[in-house]
Formats: sequence, C-alpha cells, structure tokens
Amino acid sequence: MAAPRGGRRPGAVLACALVWLALIGCAAIFANLLPLPSPTEMDLLGKRALPDAQHWLGNDQLGRDMLSRLIHGARISLSVGLLAPVIGVTVGGALGMLAGYFRGPLETLTVGGVDVLLAFPPLVFALAVTTYLGQSVLNLILVIGILGIPAFTRVARAVTLSLTEREFVVAARALGATHSRILLREILPNVALPLTAFFLLGVAVTIVVEGALSFLGLGVPPPAPSWGSMIGEGRESLDLAPWLAFLPAVVMFMTVLAFNVVGDSLRALTDPRPGAL
Amino acid sequence: MARFVGRRLLYLLPVLLAVTLLTFLIAALLPGDLAYTMLGDQATPEKIAALRATMGLDLPIWQRYLHWLGGVLQGDFGRSFRTGETVLSAVADRMPVSLELMVAAEVLGLVIGIPLAILCAVKQGSAIDRFLTGLAFAKLSLPSFMVAILLIYLFAVQLNWLPATGYVPFTEDPLGNLRSFLLPAMTLAFAEWPVLMRVLRSDMIATLQEDYIAMAKAKGLKPARILLVHALKPSSLTLVTVTGINIGRLIGGALIVETIFALPGLGRLLVAAIYSRDFIILQGVVLFVAVGFVIVNFIVDMLYAVLDPRIRHGRA
Repeated sequence: MAAPRGGRRPGAVLACALVWLALIGCAAIFANLLPLPSPTEMDLLGKRALPDAQHWLGNDQLGRDMLSRLIHGARISLSVGLLAPVIGVTVGGALGMLAGYFRGPLETLTVGGVDVLLAFPPLVFALAVTTYLGQSVLNLILVIGILGIPAFTRVARAVTLSLTEREFVVAARALGATHSRILLREILPNVALPLTAFFLLGVAVTIVVEGALSFLGLGVPPPAPSWGSMIGEGRESLDLAPWLAFLPAVVMFMTVLAFNVVGDSLRALTDPRPGAL
Repeated sequence: MARFVGRRLLYLLPVLLAVTLLTFLIAALLPGDLAYTMLGDQATPEKIAALRATMGLDLPIWQRYLHWLGGVLQGDFGRSFRTGETVLSAVADRMPVSLELMVAAEVLGLVIGIPLAILCAVKQGSAIDRFLTGLAFAKLSLPSFMVAILLIYLFAVQLNWLPATGYVPFTEDPLGNLRSFLLPAMTLAFAEWPVLMRVLRSDMIATLQEDYIAMAKAKGLKPARILLVHALKPSSLTLVTVTGINIGRLIGGALIVETIFALPGLGRLLVAAIYSRDFIILQGVVLFVAVGFVIVNFIVDMLYAVLDPRIRHGRA
C-alpha cells in the first residue's frame, strides 16, 4: 500500500505495524495448532515461574503459561476488536448515508438518536448493559458494537453530505438513476475509504474498551484469558512479578498502536489537508 | 444569542427525555428480575409475586416509566435495596471526589500540554516537534488503566513516594488528600495532554503566521512576550472547547481510575453497584452521569457560540 507523501519515513512505521498485526493475527488464528500448553491449566507449584524451555515466557500467578495466555488472549481481543466495529460500520454507515442523502425528517431522527446514544459515557453504558445481559464474549461484541454506531453514523453522514451535490451525483440523477443506484454505485464507493479508515481506528478503540472492561473483571468471563484481565490479575503481584502485568500491557499497546498507525495512514490518504488532526 | 440559546434548549429537552427513557428501558427490558435478585434463590414464587406487586413491577411498562420519571422529576431517584441509602445522597456523597479528580486532572493536563504545544509550534518541524507529536500519537494508544499500573509500579512500588490506593478526606488532612489524588490525577492527565497539545499546536502554528506577529517581532518585542501575550490567547479558542468536552469525557475515564486507586467517587459507586447487583443505584448513577454529560455538552456548545459568532448565526 502506498504511504502518504511528505512525512518522515512513514513507510517504515507503517510496515512495522502491518508486520506486527500479521504476526498477532496468525498467532490468534492458529493458536490451537501451535505447540502451546493449555492457557487455563494451573501448575500450582510453578506460580510466577521464570521462563524455561517449556514455558517460554514463564507462568502467571496461578501457574498458567503466559505465552499461551497471551496468544489465546489475542484471539478474544482481536475477535471482539474486529467484530464489534463491523456492527458500527454497517448499521452506522447505512444510517449515515441515508440521513445524508435523503435529509429531511429521517436526518433529524437519526441525528437525534445519535445524540441520545452519545449522551451516555461509552464505558458507563457498556458496563450497565453487560451487567443486565450477563458477561459473555457475544454480549460484549453486541454492546461495544452498538456503542460504535453513532460515530460511524456521523462520519458517513458528513461524507455523504459533501458528496450529494458533486457533479457525478448530479449527473447520475440527471440520467435518471434510481436512489438506490446512486447510493450504492456513486456514493458508497466514496464513503467506503473514510469508513474503512475509521473502522481501523474503531478496532483500536474497541480493543481498549474490551481491555478496560476485562481489567475490571466485567468483560470476558474468567478463566478465558484476555489481555485486559491478564493486566488486571497481574496488578495484584506488581511488587513480586511486575512482568505479569507489563507483558500483556506491551502486547496490547503494540496492537492498538498498530491499528492506529494503519488507520491513520489510510485516513491521511483520504484527507488532503497536511497535518490535519 | 437568546434565540440561539432558546433553540438549543428546545433541542435539549427531547434529548434529556430520551436519555431517561433509554436508562429506564435498559433496566426494565433486559433479563434479570429485580424482585428475584432482591429476594435471592430461596424465594418462593408467592413472595416474589407479592414483592413485584408492592414495587409496581407487575404494571404495564409505560406506567412504570411514568411513575419512575415522576419520582425522578421530584428528586426521588429511589433507594438502594441493599444499604437503604437513597440514590441522591449516595451521589451527593461521591460527587465532590469525582469533581476534585476531574479538575486536578484537567489542570495537570493543561500544565503539561500548553508549554509543550508552544514549544512544538515555535520549533515546528524540528526534531523535538516531531518527537513530541509522535509521542502524543503513541500515547493515544495507551489506555488509562495501563498508565495507572505504570505509575503505581514506579511511584508506589519502586520509589515508595506516593500511596498506591486509599483516600484521605480534605477536611482531615489537606496534604494527605492531595497526595492521594496525585497518582489518579496524573493518570488522567496523561490521557489529556496529547489531545490538548495537538489542538493548541496546530492553532498556534496558524497564529504565528499572522501579520501582527511579524509586526510584533519587527517592533523588537521579546519572543516570550510575543508568544504568551500576542499568540497564546487568539490560539486558545479550540483549546477551551476541547477542555470543556474533555471534562465530559473524563466522567467515563474516571470510572476506571477511581476503581484502581480506590477513590470513593461516582465511578467507584457505579462499579460497586455492578459488583453487588444493586440495580437501583446503578440506574440512578447512569441517569445522573448521562444527564450531567448532556448538560456539560450543552454548556460547551454555548461557550463555543460565545467565542465564535459564526456558530450563533449559522445553522443550529
């Protein structure tokens, strides 16, 4: 993929980010095929054990293999991180496009609904709903996904608004194209790139939110490993074995950063203003 | 201006009403019966039915909403069925702690962000500017609970300078109170400064290209005076807005930080209510926070309009 011109070697940073994501992604996909110990099996004699030939990154406070938990944690963090924004990008994207294209009462209603959903601090909303629904990975994906809808709606609407008066849309309309044809063939291709960039940034945010909820013990139910819950559990032995919290923290930080870098590079492609925020 | 405020107020009311409806529906529609939760596993169906009747849980949902809304409008948010404390007094107890944390975090964020932004704007494109903008970008990927862990490890575990958790009321020990707020406020400020810096930096770069700055330079004014007196004020419009918006955002961020550092604020009240399945407190706090959030955003909107006349006369 072409890197945006002008910056200092953005290509190198982007390449690192892509390599890291590929690495984490492969590890997560093939976690069951890799020769790893079980991520939930406890070895009570090997609590906080240092790395050895069998446990490459040592054990956690319950004697569970760290590397295996990190990789299985990647599965959960990535599946929540990738699936939740899919809800946002499809529902929010469609709503935003319709609102921006048809205007009128539909737009008023959509913008109003978005404002109501945005009125809830996201973490508070996510916490409240998962409490009532019960903790599970699916509920987590649904709740975080719904929370993402307003942001995607706003982006899609803003881009669509700027497109509806452009020459190619006016031309298509003059040629007698139907609304659905204009929306799908003329507007969607132009909304797709900004939405994809925003989707990648959304993945980064989602991984953070999932991490925060699991960190509080209110996200992915134990004993399934998630980076957030690993950091939360590792916090208890910060004085004895700080790496138990820092290892998952570093992996999570790198992953979130990588998604942000890729998303931002993509956004820079669609946004011609130099150095725009 | 009065017309603008009126128009926004007219919009605020339905949004607030919808917020109360959504808060109510989350609690009412989702699985998990309140009466069942209150009585526990051993309750007989008759007892549950009786409690449901006294609590009005058997009424149609719209009647329950109106009844609840009526109470809320009279300041009756209900009371915890675990501790008997009213939602209002629980919130009033915790509010000052959350406010102190928010103000401390925002002030710290500005103290770090403003000088760095000025530095970057003056040395635009230099190594230090690139380093700091890069750092600010990387910081966006570092969630507050990680920063908290890092700070606890550094200042509490390794250096033993500050307490890792615990809260001392200001009236008992003002200095101890500030000490107990330092790490949580630093954690939140860490999330704030990159945003504040990026905003002020780009506005400041634009201001520094204005003619009157060249004029001030030509007059031989000291660079510090030019920067702080002539350039900072006109550049800080967006900064003011972002600071306002952040205060609203901090309500959510404070939730985790309060829990980690065991500060008895609103966030901790909420998390505690979740752990103990205290649904009435949970519902009350969510409503309180959401309404507070809407009102803060409304005030920021007003502030923006005061600062920038184009908004007042543009489309609402």
